[in-house]
Amino acid sequence: MTETIVLRVSNLSKSYGGVQAVNAVSFSLASGELLALIGPNGAGKTTCFNLLNGQIAADSGSTEFEGRSLIGLKPRQIWRLGVGRTFQITATFASMTVRENVQTALLNFHGRLNSLVSLAERLYVDEAIELLARVGIAEQAARPCAVLAYGDLKRVELAIALANRPRLLLMDEPTAGMAPRERAALMRLTAELARASAIAVLFTEHDMDVVFAHADRVIVLNRGCIIAEGKPAEVRANREVQQVYLGSGSLFGAEHA
Amino acid sequence: MQYAPSRLGRGNALPGTPQQKSIEPHLSLSAFLVQLLNGLASASSLFLVAAGLSIIFGVTRIVNFAHGSLYMLGTYIAYSLVKVFGGGMLGFWGGVLCAGIAVGLFGALVERLLLRRLYHAPELLQLLATFALVLIIRDFALWTWGAEDLLGPRAPGLGGAIDIAGRQFPEYDLLLIALGPLVLGLLWLLLTRTRWGTLVRAATEDREMAGALGVNQAWLFTSVFALGSFLAGLGGAIQIPREPAVLTMDLTILSDVFVVVVVGGMGSIPGAFLAAVIIGVLKAMCIGIGIGNVSALGIDFSFSKLTLVVEFIVMAVVLVIRPWGLLGRQQSIPRGAASVEPPLYLPPPALLKGLAAALLMLALLPLFSDRYTLVLLTDILVFALFAVSLHFIMGPAGMHSFGHAAYFGLGAYAAALLFKHAVPMEAALLLAPLVGGLGALVFGWFCVRLSGVYLAMLTLAFAQIAWSVVYQWDAFTGGSNGLVGIWPANWLASKTAFYYLALALCAGGVILLWRIVFSPFGYALRAGRDSPLRADAIGIDVRRQQWLGFALAGVLAGLAGAVHAFSKGSISPDTLSIPRSVDGLVMVLMGGIQTLTGAVAGAALFTWLQDSIARQTEFWRALLGGIILFLVLAFPQGIAGFIRERWDARKDAE
Amino acid sequence: MESVSHGKSRSESNEDDVNLREKHMIARRAFLLGTVTLAMAAIFSDPAAAQGTIKIGEMNSYKVFPAFLEPYKKGWELALDEINAAGGVLGRKLEVVSRDDGGNPGEAVRVAEELLSRENVAFLVGTFPSHVGLAVADFAKQKKVLFIAAEPLTDKIVWQNGNKYTFRLRPSTYMQTAMLIPEAVKLKKKRWAIVYPNYEYGQSATAAFKELLKKAQPDVEFVAEQAPALGKIEAGAVAQALADAKPDAIFSSLFGADLTKFVREGQTRGLFKDRVVFNLLAGEPEYLDPLKEDTPAGWYVTGYPWQSINTPEHKKFLAAYQKKYKDYPRLGSIVGYATLKTAAEAIRKATSLDQEKLVAAMKGLQVDTPIGRITFRALDHQATMGAYVGRLGVKDGKGVMSSFSFADGAKFLPADDAVRKMRPAE
Ligand SMILES: Nc1ncnc2c1ncn2[C@@H]1O[C@H](COP(=O)(O)OP(=O)(O)OP(=O)(O)O)[C@@H](O)[C@H]1O
Ligand SMILES: [Mg+2]
Repeated sequence: MTETIVLRVSNLSKSYGGVQAVNAVSFSLASGELLALIGPNGAGKTTCFNLLNGQIAADSGSTEFEGRSLIGLKPRQIWRLGVGRTFQITATFASMTVRENVQTALLNFHGRLNSLVSLAERLYVDEAIELLARVGIAEQAARPCAVLAYGDLKRVELAIALANRPRLLLMDEPTAGMAPRERAALMRLTAELARASAIAVLFTEHDMDVVFAHADRVIVLNRGCIIAEGKPAEVRANREVQQVYLGSGSLFGAEHA
Repeated sequence: MQYAPSRLGRGNALPGTPQQKSIEPHLSLSAFLVQLLNGLASASSLFLVAAGLSIIFGVTRIVNFAHGSLYMLGTYIAYSLVKVFGGGMLGFWGGVLCAGIAVGLFGALVERLLLRRLYHAPELLQLLATFALVLIIRDFALWTWGAEDLLGPRAPGLGGAIDIAGRQFPEYDLLLIALGPLVLGLLWLLLTRTRWGTLVRAATEDREMAGALGVNQAWLFTSVFALGSFLAGLGGAIQIPREPAVLTMDLTILSDVFVVVVVGGMGSIPGAFLAAVIIGVLKAMCIGIGIGNVSALGIDFSFSKLTLVVEFIVMAVVLVIRPWGLLGRQQSIPRGAASVEPPLYLPPPALLKGLAAALLMLALLPLFSDRYTLVLLTDILVFALFAVSLHFIMGPAGMHSFGHAAYFGLGAYAAALLFKHAVPMEAALLLAPLVGGLGALVFGWFCVRLSGVYLAMLTLAFAQIAWSVVYQWDAFTGGSNGLVGIWPANWLASKTAFYYLALALCAGGVILLWRIVFSPFGYALRAGRDSPLRADAIGIDVRRQQWLGFALAGVLAGLAGAVHAFSKGSISPDTLSIPRSVDGLVMVLMGGIQTLTGAVAGAALFTWLQDSIARQTEFWRALLGGIILFLVLAFPQGIAGFIRERWDARKDAE
Repeated sequence: MESVSHGKSRSESNEDDVNLREKHMIARRAFLLGTVTLAMAAIFSDPAAAQGTIKIGEMNSYKVFPAFLEPYKKGWELALDEINAAGGVLGRKLEVVSRDDGGNPGEAVRVAEELLSRENVAFLVGTFPSHVGLAVADFAKQKKVLFIAAEPLTDKIVWQNGNKYTFRLRPSTYMQTAMLIPEAVKLKKKRWAIVYPNYEYGQSATAAFKELLKKAQPDVEFVAEQAPALGKIEAGAVAQALADAKPDAIFSSLFGADLTKFVREGQTRGLFKDRVVFNLLAGEPEYLDPLKEDTPAGWYVTGYPWQSINTPEHKKFLAAYQKKYKDYPRLGSIVGYATLKTAAEAIRKATSLDQEKLVAAMKGLQVDTPIGRITFRALDHQATMGAYVGRLGVKDGKGVMSSFSFADGAKFLPADDAVRKMRPAE
């Protein structure tokens, strides 16, 4: 696999009043690579994602996607470049069915969103079903999103995020709210997708089993700063990381102990 | 004795006539000072009423249309009580205070018996209920106190005036000036120094959190409603030495109070105070300046005429600059069950068949109905399109509008003016909707930058500004009289022919909008409503989409207005007034905001009710209010929503 | 609705219970809806049309202007009784089909349509606000149906927008303003301030007043002009702004709540001290009565001093009115009464319900009203109804017109040529 750098982040910072939510964060991500961004609650992970997909503006620093600066771009522009995103707290269209959720993303991807006359529900049906099948919820396609279980919503989010055939996926806690077995399955699926389609994946995860099983590399964030970076095994052995995680006690799979 | 007028019917004489030269802005420093005091005195009572509304909204999120009615009740009750108690010190102030308390108790009752049942109903349904209350309370006041204006006595010991800057200034106004800050201070103490106040503030900031804290919500809501009503009643009661109790004062104050609350920031009491002062003082200044010569336009313009609209201009400016009012904070979006929109499916074949059959029936109707039925149906068709266009932005696009009549009216006026300027009727009918759309494009650009009640109030402000221009621009729009002689071309002169035209255009417009809801564009709108965050993250420019949706609704409202103009032969500023906007809201809510067909059902029912009830009983307003209340309580999901529910239930049973 | 009764009687599960209950609820609601619909259909079905009567379509904004229109209604009801007691017209009884027009031109036109096509009324009478009157007048022109506008004051309804089918009863804004001019001229005040409600009536009154006064007294100066929004006057600020202009005299066309507020503020602030005030309409009981002991003595007004009119025709009317209603008449009562008398006279003179004949009969029609005989001018379809001009006073804590004279409307109309110029050709 050729190592092409997809995302390059340098010195990214953001503060809220006195709180330095993200502090001079730098890293890069290659296509097909799974990079886990971990850290205790409030470390700045979500803020990082929001900075990357343009939801909030950085105070300083730069982000580059395939050589293009993302600074100053809006989420929708960044999406257009080929970046998909899932949210920590799922954000789907509650008044639509699962399939329509994906279709809406597909409609925009195919530039059909301003059509006034065609029936949206009949467009890109197969493509939507295929995406849903890929994340394993094709059989729920006709159900309204409002009635879905939380874990299934996470899958819908993934399907939506894949609709624009992204080359970078930003996944904020993709498995939160799922049963342990489901988590492992979803991450395995993500890893397969990433490798098969050469998608770079940046994800956060509180379940360390998942992280160490699937991440190619791990970055540890604490109070906005990167305190460690490397192969899962290296990070696990890092003393500072251990200290940071002592408080929450979740680094070594304490959750499942 | 005979006088020959050479030029009549215009308020302003020609520019440059000699007598006009002597009228110049004359606001000396002392005059300015006293006008400032006048403004502050007006602001006080406005603040009291607005503070009540603000607290109620902050905690319960109810847009209380009946707040002005509570104010009116305060004035009437105070008038009666003071009459009974006598005009002595104790009698007067006792009467005023008791009136406030009586209205507060009434408010608590309304909350417990009525609004309580609606907290889990779709958003804005409480608005419909409070609108019904307006109708009922108005007729109740007429029935109880009669039609004649009732002027109360002067306040004992404060009936005179004192000399300020060489002018006689009423003592009572001085008391009012002091009362505003006093009430503000008391409210501040209540909200910051008591446990109850802490709960109110918590609930204002985050309703769910307050619920989680184990606050007895039911009790809190009732007490808040009582306090808010008490303030409204008191605000009305203290007016009795200054103005008569009049049956129209409910709506007169309502728009002012909404403006004050929104300008100040919904839920912010100091904001309400600030806004009341700004608006009170600005009005007094407009009056104080009197006539200035706006030479750019070459006409004399009386600043006093600005009082018609100045508060709405202030509101528009404030909201454009500060989307949450002067001292307001971004509203926490309620995440309750009520805010999740139900799924929207393509109509099942049975429903489509039903609609086609209904359409066919409408098309065949002229064969066996009388002429008046066609006239009434033409009105219903027009209002159905108007209501559907409003529903289009309120439902799928999630933007509540309180000023949708602006686009209806713009369409109507455009049609009339084009026609008056020798454009053929057919062409006028086609061009007019574009004017409605253009208006919506301009106003919408600002509106889509806001959300929730602020957005709704900005639409209202724009509608009022448009109304005041139409109302005052005699030379072009015919001013308050409007325009007459807008009759359709000969081939459409018969009621039947015009009915077919209305059916074609209005039903066509409705079907088009419904179709668009299911088009990709409609999906994008719903996406932006359901989750702006997700919509943005899949590349949808939510604002742009909303803006275009707004404009599209404006086009179709304009079409409805144009058809309306030619069906009536005349138009007046009423076509874009607040009541027309409220009618649209009522239609949408009555039919059920969560169903597509609801707006049509609501328009038909409301128009038919108005037509038939007004004919039958003297107190038709109250009857209409009663029917709306009944509908609200029995079918919170709206008529169409109810039918769908029943349909689904039957299908499930099979 | 019966679908509930044959529910599954066997099933005992909780879920079914809930379902059943829900269905009950729904059924109950449906039942209620059905009942209401039925009841309304019963209430609102057309009453059997009375045979052999002549129907007159009456429409007005009863709920929007109840203070003026309740007495108005009583007025025409009294006239109706009298006409029918005397045998009706053309040997048939008169019947009035009355409707509320909601104070809205669009609704008014629909109501007019309903009166004509469903109730088959002979012609239309009524309306109060100017914009409604104008809309119905234009409708009458379009439908070629006689319309007797009762209340609207706007000059346009007979002049600029005049049409063949529309006639107007009440003295117009222009006429009533003109009635005040002779007194104003006599006083020789130089500096005038003006206050008027900001819509067509106030604007027209102001324009007419300025023009007529200027003509009679060229050195007059208008030093201030206030145009508060109708029903929303900031009376304190307005009173002070007027006082600041230091006028010798004030001309006001305020009425209703605006007038009441203005009077109270002006008195507290000494605005009216040593100043002459003219106020259109303020002597009409509808607007005068609420003022009670606050009534500003000495103001020059137009109005209706019902207590002190000693003509035989008014005494007769007053007695009949008080007997029937145990209440005194307001100006609206006179208007309502005279409107129906006019309608009856028109039919009598036309001896037919044919519109062209009715219109022909209306031209020059003379009608006896409680305040004297009036003529509907053939020239512009304006009736020559007069008004009382006088000064306000307080008696037993109530406002009255203490000294007054009757101004015959015929004398306060522009020259015929000027009228012809304004009125479009038929
Ligand atoms: N809009 C905001 N305003 C103020 N502070 C904020 C805002 N958003 C985040 N923060 C603060 O920034 C810090 C980082 O928050 P962030 O949500 O990025 O953490 P996180 O690592 O995603 O935590 P979690 O694991 O709980 O999701 C926190 O201290 C948080 O309180
Ligand atoms: Mg997070």
